[in-house]
Parts: sequence; C-alpha cells; structure tokens
Amino acid sequence: MKKNIEIRWHGRGGQGAKTAALLLADVAFNTGMYVQGFPEYGPERMGAPITAYNRLSSDEIRVHSNIYEPEFVVVVDETLLHSVDVTSGLSEDGAIIINTAEPKEKIIPLLKGYKGRVYTIDARRISMETLGKYFPNSPMLAAVVKVTGVMEKDVFLAEMEASYRHKFAKKPEVIEGNMRALTMAFEEVQ
Amino acid sequence: MGIRERMSGNEAVAHAIKQVNPDVMAAFPITPSTEIPQMVSTFIANGEIDTEFIPVESEHSSMSATMGACAAGARAITATSSCGLAFMWEVLYVAASDRLPVVMAVVNRALTGPININCDHSDSMGARDSGWLQIYAETNQEAYDNYIQSFLIAEHPDVRLPMMVCQDGFITSHAVMNIELIEDEKVKNFVGTYNPENYLLNADMPMAIGPYANSPFYMETKMNQRIAMKNAKKVILEVAKEFEKISGRKYGLFEEYKMDDAEYAIVIMGSAAGTTKDAVDALRAEGIKAGMIKIRVFRPFPGEELAAALSKVKAVAILDRAESFSGQGGPVGSELKAALMDAGVSAKAVNYFYGLGGRDYTVGDAEKVYRNLIDMTENGKKLEQFKYIGLRK
Repeated sequence: MKKNIEIRWHGRGGQGAKTAALLLADVAFNTGMYVQGFPEYGPERMGAPITAYNRLSSDEIRVHSNIYEPEFVVVVDETLLHSVDVTSGLSEDGAIIINTAEPKEKIIPLLKGYKGRVYTIDARRISMETLGKYFPNSPMLAAVVKVTGVMEKDVFLAEMEASYRHKFAKKPEVIEGNMRALTMAFEEVQ
Repeated sequence: MGIRERMSGNEAVAHAIKQVNPDVMAAFPITPSTEIPQMVSTFIANGEIDTEFIPVESEHSSMSATMGACAAGARAITATSSCGLAFMWEVLYVAASDRLPVVMAVVNRALTGPININCDHSDSMGARDSGWLQIYAETNQEAYDNYIQSFLIAEHPDVRLPMMVCQDGFITSHAVMNIELIEDEKVKNFVGTYNPENYLLNADMPMAIGPYANSPFYMETKMNQRIAMKNAKKVILEVAKEFEKISGRKYGLFEEYKMDDAEYAIVIMGSAAGTTKDAVDALRAEGIKAGMIKIRVFRPFPGEELAAALSKVKAVAILDRAESFSGQGGPVGSELKAALMDAGVSAKAVNYFYGLGGRDYTVGDAEKVYRNLIDMTENGKKLEQFKYIGLRK
C-alpha cells in the first residue's frame, strides 16, 4: 500500500472533478489516512478548465500549496489534452489516467513525450451504460483507486456503497448503477 | 477523546456555530465565506439550533444588525470576506467602542482592485486599527478551535471587545482535511451562556449605548479600549488553558516551531505556516538551524513576546500577506520591526510579501527565504527589503 500520494485532477467546470477529488479524500479518510482535497479556483464557469488536488498520506499533512510535481494526473476531459499542459511536473515513475474512447496510441502523442505509465478509461460509455447519463465521476474515481493502489478494491467498494447509501438515501435506485460503474471501471482501466 | 472527522474550514466553523448555538446571526453572502451562513441557515431550518437568522441586504446592515442584537443582550455573530468586510468599516469601529463582544468569522480574501476571489489578508489587515481582536488559523482545526475560544475571550469582563476569527479563503475554507471535533456537550459547557452585565433589553436598568462623546470623553473611551485590548493577552492565554482541558490542544499568542536553537527564522500567519514547517524540516535535515513563528493573535499584537522569542536568531524574515503601500513594509513587518527595535533585538530583519490575491506559496519558496537570510548573514549579501515572493518576471 502506498502511503504518500499526490494527485492532480484536470477537468472542466461542471464535470465534477472537484467532487471526485473530495470523494477520494472521503474514502481515503475512511480507511484511516490523513487527507487533503481541494479545488483551485479561477473564474469558475461551466466548461472552463479547472484543477483539483489530493494529498493522501499516512502522516499529518501540513503543506497548503498546489501540487506541481504530482505522482498521478487524472484527465476527466480529453479535450483538455490540446489546451492544458496536463503532464507538467508529472513524475515519470507515476502515471496519467485519461478519460477517452480512443486507443492509447492516439493519446500518447498528445502527452509531450511523457515517459511514465499511461492509462485510459472510457468513462462516458461506462456512465451511459450504467447510469444512462454522463457522470464521469464514479468511473474516474474507481480508475484512480486502481492505478494509484491507494486502497484495496474490496475496501473501496464497501466504502463507496456506504457513501452512496448515505448520499442517495432518497434516490436508492441510482446506487446500483453507480456501484456497477465503479466495478466496470475497475476492470476496464488499462 | 475527540471525534475523528474530515471537513473543510467553512464546515468546521459552521459546525462550531451549531455547537455554540448563538442567539442571533445576521449575514450577507460573499465568497469564500458564503458557505458559513448557508450551512447555519440549514441547521436552523432543520431545527438543529434555534439561532435567529437575520437575512440582510448588505454587510453594512449585517454588522449593524449583529451589533444591535449584541447591544440588546444577545450572543450575536456574523461572517464575511473581502469587500463585505470593507463595507462594514464604519460599523466595525462602533462595535469596538461600544464594547460589544460580537464574534465574526472572517474568511480572508483579497480586497478588490483588481477583482480577485482568492486569499490574502488585505481585508482583515485593513481593519487592524478598528479595535477588534484578531486571531488567525493555520488549518481547519485551528479555525474550529479558535472559533470556540473566541466567545470566552470577547465576552470576558476585562475585555468586552468584538473579535474576528480569521482563516485563509479557499486554502483552508474550501479544503477538506482531517479534523478532531469536540463533543457537543463539552463545547456547550465550555462556552456557557452569555450573561452581559448591561444590555438594552434590561428593563430594570434602562441605558443608552453609543451616545455622542465629544472631546472631554472621546479620548478616555479610546484609553479604555486600549486597556481592554491589553487585558486580552492574559485572557486569551487563560482561555487557551481551559480549552486544552477539553481538547488536549495547546494554544498561545503564537506558535514556535523548532525555535529553541534556531539561527534563521520566518515569522508568518495563517495556512502558509504549515508549508513553512515542511521547509524548516527540509533545511534541518541539511544541518541548517531554521525555525518558524506563526502569529496566532495579531490583535492585540504580541510585540514584546515575539521580540523575546526572536532575541537569539541571527536573522528573521517577516512575511506579510497584505500590502500597505507605505513603502516601509506590510502590517506584520512594520509592527514586528518596531517591537524588535524597542526590545533592542539586533537580529537582521527583512520584510517580504507573499501570497497576494492567492499567489501560491510553496515549500520551495520558504526554503529560498531561509537561504536568502543565510546569504545576508554569512555571505555578505546586501539586505534587500520588501521583496515580492514568487513574482513573475
């Protein structure tokens, strides 16, 4: 189990990258870790590029700056690959996880020569199949947990189910879909 | 002991408000403090607390309503940021001179010009001469702990002054981190009930608050405010001792980090102190005797105490998160340098600016400041004042 992880999320306003970062902080907290989950606020509006961050550690976290040399980068919207330097400072021992339906060979040339591991996941298809709507959050979160190894799959799924039962107490019908999205993403990220 | 939780700084303050259950909250929303009144109104709507919430049309009104409620005899609070605080300006001074122990959560944000929603201390620093107590937090935990303690400090008979409980906008207000909450019952017993000696709704003792005070009275009023401010130092420490009993956490006027044998020090306030601590550890690993002081209480300013804590260092960098445009440094720098001079402390002292309008301050930035101090002291580099840390070329 890794014990000191820094993650940078790239998304577009309204897609839930910030929420995903906070959810990840939540589940890591529930497994006993020290956590930090925070957004970087610019002129917020739907569709504008946004950044969010996670520090997850077995030790107390004191740093309050943004993350410039992350171990992992998550790209929730692949169109950002053309406009944002997503691999900036990314550790070559780390990995980048991209939400895309494209094969890796088409994505890698957009990563400015990044030599670390590259993972892709089709969060749109998973979300449409399991929820009937485009919410990339849940599949991306599962992909991140798998790639970072921040916690065991079983622990993660149990924590998420408890969290969904709480969050969707009045909409229990969406719990199953979200759980299926997590499981599918866990299997499909590659 | 305590309840292990995770929440943002705004949630932490809202949770403290829920536990204190004050009589009145008047507020007008402004980023990044909006969540506080928003969450409190939810607690009220859910029947979790019976605070009277007064929605108002501006911050001038929120401060006026809070002050009025406090004068009437209520435990009254508000929350604001940036231009909201600026819009309260006139009334801030009235609350202080009327000796009303209003508690205000300030989520620090840059003042507009140009417009900016991110953190710096220009809002509360601008109000530093208004007669309010000011206390600053490094983390969500400290924002929560300071908030709970503030009532006993502000309401103490030897103090009776309004208090700003400050935390860094977005950096702590919107970051979810671990926190240890105190049980509801313990907080409730700690803050007790507010029983003012004199108040407007006391039918047995009719009184006026805030009457005209012409020259034979005005100066004495100011002297009394000054005495109250001075008394606050002792009260803040007493309240901290009592708070340690229910929380296990120690607080002073400032925190010293690895200062015992420190040769080079940074003095800083707020969330950047945590980042600086990591830099201190990195430099210590290289054998450099670095240390840090985090100012917790800015009003009253613990000048003599800080000077004593800095009496043995070779050099100190005082970091301000607000400009004053005096050309002679920022608020913390000017006051601390004066205190060092009064105390005859001969350490080299520089005053830098950082983090204005949310400019990031990293561990690397802090390390550079320490290396600068070393260059100045050991390598004969010219002492350069008033640098902006992280300024783009």
